[in-house]
Amino acid sequence: MSELVITLMRFGFLIALWLAVLAIVLVLRRDLAAPREARPQAAGGRLPTPSAPPVPPQPKAPRGAGRSSATPRRLVVVEGELAGTVIPLGTSPVTVGRAADSTLVLKDDYASSRHARFFPSDGQWIVEDLGSTNGTWIERTRITGPTVLRVGAKVRVGRTTLQLQR
Amino acid sequence: MSAPVVPGRQVEPGRSDQPTRRGVELALLVLVWGVGSLAMVLASEGAAGEVVPEVWRVVAISGVVLLGLHLVVRWLAPYADPIMLPTAAALNLLGIAMIGRLDLAAALRAQANGTDPPPSDALDQVLWLAVGAIAAALVLLVVRDHRMLRRYTYLWGLTGLVLLLLPMVPGLGLTIRGANLWIQVGPFTFQPAELAKVVLTIFFASYLVQTREQLALVRHKVLGLGVPRGRDLGPILVVWAVALLIMAAQTDLGTAVMLFGLFVGMLYVATGRRSWIVLGGLLTVVGGLLAYALFGHVQVRVRVWLDPFAYATEAGYQIVQSLYGFAFGGMMGAGWGRGYPQLVPFAENDFIFSAIGEELGLVGSVAVVVLFAVLIQRALRTAHASRDAFGALLVTGYAIILGLQVFVVLGGVTRLIPHTGLTTPFMSAGGSSLLANWIILALLLRVSDHARRPDPVIVRPDDATTEVVARP
Repeated sequence: MSELVITLMRFGFLIALWLAVLAIVLVLRRDLAAPREARPQAAGGRLPTPSAPPVPPQPKAPRGAGRSSATPRRLVVVEGELAGTVIPLGTSPVTVGRAADSTLVLKDDYASSRHARFFPSDGQWIVEDLGSTNGTWIERTRITGPTVLRVGAKVRVGRTTLQLQR
Repeated sequence: MSAPVVPGRQVEPGRSDQPTRRGVELALLVLVWGVGSLAMVLASEGAAGEVVPEVWRVVAISGVVLLGLHLVVRWLAPYADPIMLPTAAALNLLGIAMIGRLDLAAALRAQANGTDPPPSDALDQVLWLAVGAIAAALVLLVVRDHRMLRRYTYLWGLTGLVLLLLPMVPGLGLTIRGANLWIQVGPFTFQPAELAKVVLTIFFASYLVQTREQLALVRHKVLGLGVPRGRDLGPILVVWAVALLIMAAQTDLGTAVMLFGLFVGMLYVATGRRSWIVLGGLLTVVGGLLAYALFGHVQVRVRVWLDPFAYATEAGYQIVQSLYGFAFGGMMGAGWGRGYPQLVPFAENDFIFSAIGEELGLVGSVAVVVLFAVLIQRALRTAHASRDAFGALLVTGYAIILGLQVFVVLGGVTRLIPHTGLTTPFMSAGGSSLLANWIILALLLRVSDHARRPDPVIVRPDDATTEVVARP
């Protein structure tokens, strides 16, 4: 067999191998780009975690606002080790977590150091999860962003439940 | 099939816009099979000067097996990632081509010596590919939802340890080349440690999903590092320590390294605490020094690693020949069948990558590395997209195993790190390793099918199904 044929076979195979690798990488690239377009459709019915119980979309800002005209005045711990603690609400935000500088310091394995924050906005109180491990829950819904609280709503942080009262 | 159906949600079956991408998988599979067949033909042509009939048998069997596995995936995991199966197949076929090529070299040598030609390893390997594909199909069939594996956490841990212990059972165990890793049942030999890694990963993932919050949050301060409570870490620590002890007794350092890396990596991923990496790094140093002090063969390996050419005719022979092979291959390689990879002892096992480097050169070996990288990337991508923590951890575990194994083997044969005996996933000759890797691939496909499956369409009774019949 001539030297030329041997060289052609050598290079030919390497080209074929790399074409296969490139084909795979091209498919991979399309797959990497695709989720950005496909995600909005999929995101609608998607649960944040499979353990989260199924619930209809939580009531967002507009609904809670019209329900009660009275502004909430206190945050009460209704369940957990600190049950009975009352935090008067003014204009400053309230932080909850295991960190010593929190407004409400929890001694709870299931709470994060900086777990959740309550803050006023236009006469309403809003709760926000600060990237906690176990999440912040309103009734049985895990919140995914800042959420307006109705008066009487129960917020669960770890093993502690807080209620917004008038 | 396995989509979570929860009360209050209605699932509309069979309607979705999510592409299954099975066509893409088939196209890639055909392409990869073509390249693999080309490799086998060229290798035979280069090594023996003719295309031996065995090549066509191997090409036919591998084609049928891969097509069959593709059809099974189409049926049982229609939304699975389309890239993983072709990538694994490509690696496997390249491995078979190289093993077949080394077979021919061995046959020629036997002919020159006037002895009988040794049995064909390539044919064995393609049959093991068939066994692996059947095992993968069975895994896909039985494990319809990977979350069912979570039910048997401790059983998996126990099974893993029993598998590791099997070679030490008298009458069953078999010692080959100083390592007591094999069991022999009738004419078959098997390396149970390969299956143990599959099973132990399930145990680690399942256990860590249960306890990761306690592990991440409840900690005592020791020496400035947060250390979890004994009762949270206990069971996994026990399994891990026993596994390492068993492997120290069997002098199987490669698997020990892999299992340790798996353990540390999964703890880090599960808890998101960087201190595990620090701790793991420290323990690696301590363990390495301890192994060096205790085991003679470790000292030999390290000495050979530091100065292989001083031992070129004895302990360093293998690695020196491997390095010569890489050098001979250069940039573009010697071409299939035109190098001398048969000079490296056990080239078809631990050193298959140096054979690739010799005959395909840097260009070809980088292609192989890219294929491994793609496979690992797909596994990590699946973990990222997974909807449940268990699936994500399981897949991450397998990605860690594959990545570590590739690193340890490739680093070993290129003298980046001391050589420890581990198989190159999907490429090395050896049934146990191939079988275990195809089972891992099936589990990857199962989790990715679950992750990419479209969400069930929610129909809320009050607004979607209520029709206004008449308005007053």
